[in-house]
Amino acid sequence: MTTSERAMTVSRGTGADHGAAAGHGTGISNPILGMLLFITSEVMFFAGLFAAYFNVRAAAPAWPPADLADKLHILPLVGPATVLLVLSSFTCQIGVWAIRRNDRRGLVRAIGVTFVLGVTFLAMQAIDYALLYEDGLRLDSGPFGTTYYTLTGFHGAHVLGGVLMLGVVLYRGMAGQFSSRHHDMVEATSMYWHFVDVVWILLFSLLYLLPGTGGGH
Amino acid sequence: MATTALTPAATTYRTGLYEWLTTTDHKKIGILYLVNSFIFFGLGGLLALGVRAELAVPGLQFVDEQLYNQLFTMHASFMLFLFVIPILAGFANYVVPLQIGAPDMAFPRINALSFWMLPLAGIIMATGFLTGGGAAAAGWTSYSPLSQDAYSGTGMDLWIVAVVLIGTSSILGAINFLVTIFKMRAPGMTMFRLPILVWTALVTSVLVVLATPVLASALIMLFIDRNYGGHFFDPASGGNAVLWQNVFWFYSHPAVYIMILIGMGIVSEILPVFSRKPLFGYKAFVFATAGIGALGFSVWAHHMFTTGAVYLPFFSFMTFLIAIPTGVKMFNWIATLYRGQLTLSTPLLFALGFLSMFLLGGINGAFSAVVPVDFAIHDTYWVVAHIHYVLFGGSVFAVFAGVYYWFPKMTGRMLNETLGKIQFVVMFIGLNLTFFPQHQLGLSGMPRRIADYSSTAGWNDANLWSTIGSLLIAVSILPFFWNVFISLRGGSIAGDDPWEGNTLEWATSSPPPPYNFDRLPDIHSERPLFDARHRREAVPALTVGPDASGHAEISAALGRPHDSPDSGSLAKGMDRSHGQ
Ligand code: HEM
Ligand SMILES: [Cu+2]
Repeated sequence: MTTSERAMTVSRGTGADHGAAAGHGTGISNPILGMLLFITSEVMFFAGLFAAYFNVRAAAPAWPPADLADKLHILPLVGPATVLLVLSSFTCQIGVWAIRRNDRRGLVRAIGVTFVLGVTFLAMQAIDYALLYEDGLRLDSGPFGTTYYTLTGFHGAHVLGGVLMLGVVLYRGMAGQFSSRHHDMVEATSMYWHFVDVVWILLFSLLYLLPGTGGGH
Repeated sequence: MATTALTPAATTYRTGLYEWLTTTDHKKIGILYLVNSFIFFGLGGLLALGVRAELAVPGLQFVDEQLYNQLFTMHASFMLFLFVIPILAGFANYVVPLQIGAPDMAFPRINALSFWMLPLAGIIMATGFLTGGGAAAAGWTSYSPLSQDAYSGTGMDLWIVAVVLIGTSSILGAINFLVTIFKMRAPGMTMFRLPILVWTALVTSVLVVLATPVLASALIMLFIDRNYGGHFFDPASGGNAVLWQNVFWFYSHPAVYIMILIGMGIVSEILPVFSRKPLFGYKAFVFATAGIGALGFSVWAHHMFTTGAVYLPFFSFMTFLIAIPTGVKMFNWIATLYRGQLTLSTPLLFALGFLSMFLLGGINGAFSAVVPVDFAIHDTYWVVAHIHYVLFGGSVFAVFAGVYYWFPKMTGRMLNETLGKIQFVVMFIGLNLTFFPQHQLGLSGMPRRIADYSSTAGWNDANLWSTIGSLLIAVSILPFFWNVFISLRGGSIAGDDPWEGNTLEWATSSPPPPYNFDRLPDIHSERPLFDARHRREAVPALTVGPDASGHAEISAALGRPHDSPDSGSLAKGMDRSHGQ
């Protein structure tokens, strides 16, 4: 077959259809599988940070060290922020369920709420950082400060990423670009958002609930 | 063959620079990967020549210790992060979609993004040489506290940023491969019909997704230590230097498989084609690959035996365990060659070079896996010999085997065989001359990463030989570049399938059209092209019909729908009989 023959007999489209054929009907769509794998890599990223946390924590004579004990407070900010973030996982899921029913208005409403909750969480974390900083807990105040800010900071950065994705979903949702058949981005974003939420629950338990060692706190 | 009327000049490959800069075609991106990687191979090679020049004779002749540290650090960093890892990803980029019968990768634009992060990272890393303190100089392993800000300057930060970028590129690429392999296979291409190269790309991608993020986290923690007063890895302030080694090797041992598995895949594609036999023990090979991937996560501490901080029996045992799947592969390769009709073309030569050199590298690695022995040879030139037998003798030979094998597909033209053989012979001699004496240096106690040594230590001869060998390697690159240069312009026309290949990439034109395939053959085994080729011979014997002799070319056989319901099993039968 010569080039000109090829051009006549085959269009770009048929070539693409052919290769994609195996993908049809096997359930999970490409973007969602991609997101699941991306989340897997994120899990490993946080696993690295957590491993470092446990390592320096185990090596420290006291955790938290005496001068930094009683710096972390669940109230008034962190506890409520946690509740809001957990709540936002539910609202996000409600949005997914809505678009699966082709309920676009429901999607926009739920994602809008989720977006606001996410932003609120970030704002509360920022205020908390400012307070802690004034209180003398800094990134460079020993392994305790370093791990605290690194872990929560990277989580915060992921929340920010999630909020941006929610913003896009919201924008596209308002433009009516999603339907019960075409809403991979909604599903993928919600998976990511749930992941961010789970990481926070782990972090919160680790940093605020797990009893300290050595120093008597 | 009618299809070979398609001359290289007539393809879409000559549409200008803009097309190359903006392309999302996996084939062009694959070629970009190769070109970019070869640039860094060249740069890394020059740095290595600097290292060898300094070590040729005792005394400091060309560089001071500080610059020497930069040379070997940047040499390894270029070679590992900007050559070996990306070039294997580049081969996979080019070949995997073709071999599974897909029109492109699952996410073409992300694929382009993954590529463009690499030159950017390379430039960032290299600019370290322009900063006051020079480029990164703490070794490619960047052990703390050497890598802390007390001992290294801006070049180290640039290095960290660059490696994080490269890691991100790898992760995005790996996700892309996994989705492509899981979701974009042509009808009939079941998992156990995937060519071995695809399997190795799959396992490599799993390793990247699981291990590379851990390196990213370690690098970011190091960055925080250096720039924001963090206390992760600095023992002086409550940090833990061995923690760095743990996270680093948790990545970097799996990474040595990231640096070899696709090379093994390349060799496993080439051996069957050039010995005219199917790969011996396909499934065993697949399981061995997966086994290496899984075990790879449990051996990282064999790099840390001498820290006293790891449980020696466990990590030593696991390291030996990993030799089992590696041995299975070795056995399969040799059994594939055994009684094959060998065609000693350049791809096969490099593949044979791979087998022999990688075997040596595995054996000298096993010495290091014996804890008491490793206490003697750790951080000596023995380890340098080991890594170069596996990475140069292994990965780099596989890369050249792959270049000679797929160049005709990529460009439509053959590389020159004579030049290829000259390159192979000179390179093979140079490699052994450079690295074999390093065993002896290691055994007699010469530490790695030193700029100078005493003239009375008994290391003079071996070092001089090693330097001469490295010049030979450099010389061997010249016929290669010349070969590529002249073959691109005037190499003989390749045709669709110059090697009588087994896998789908040979079923389309050379180079393939942007959408890859006009039509695909039926896929009943991991060698669909073999089946198609032999069906036309078998069909006349079984179904005597008027058109039985009219199909003298593969493309005709490919285009034909099922001749009969059992054409698949017929092809399988042929497969076995051909396999002897
Ligand atoms: C049977 C297979 C292998 C065994 C038993 C083995 C064992 C080892 C051991 C024990 C070490 C640490 C030596 C020391 O620092 O004292 C080592 C280092 C190393 N190995 Fe292997 N290895 C094998 C295969 C490979 C492969 C396939 C690659 C890469 C393609 C590789 C790349 C490296 C590198 C880069 C280092 C040095 C890291 C450094 O300290 O800079 N090895 N190997
Ligand atoms: Cu290792």
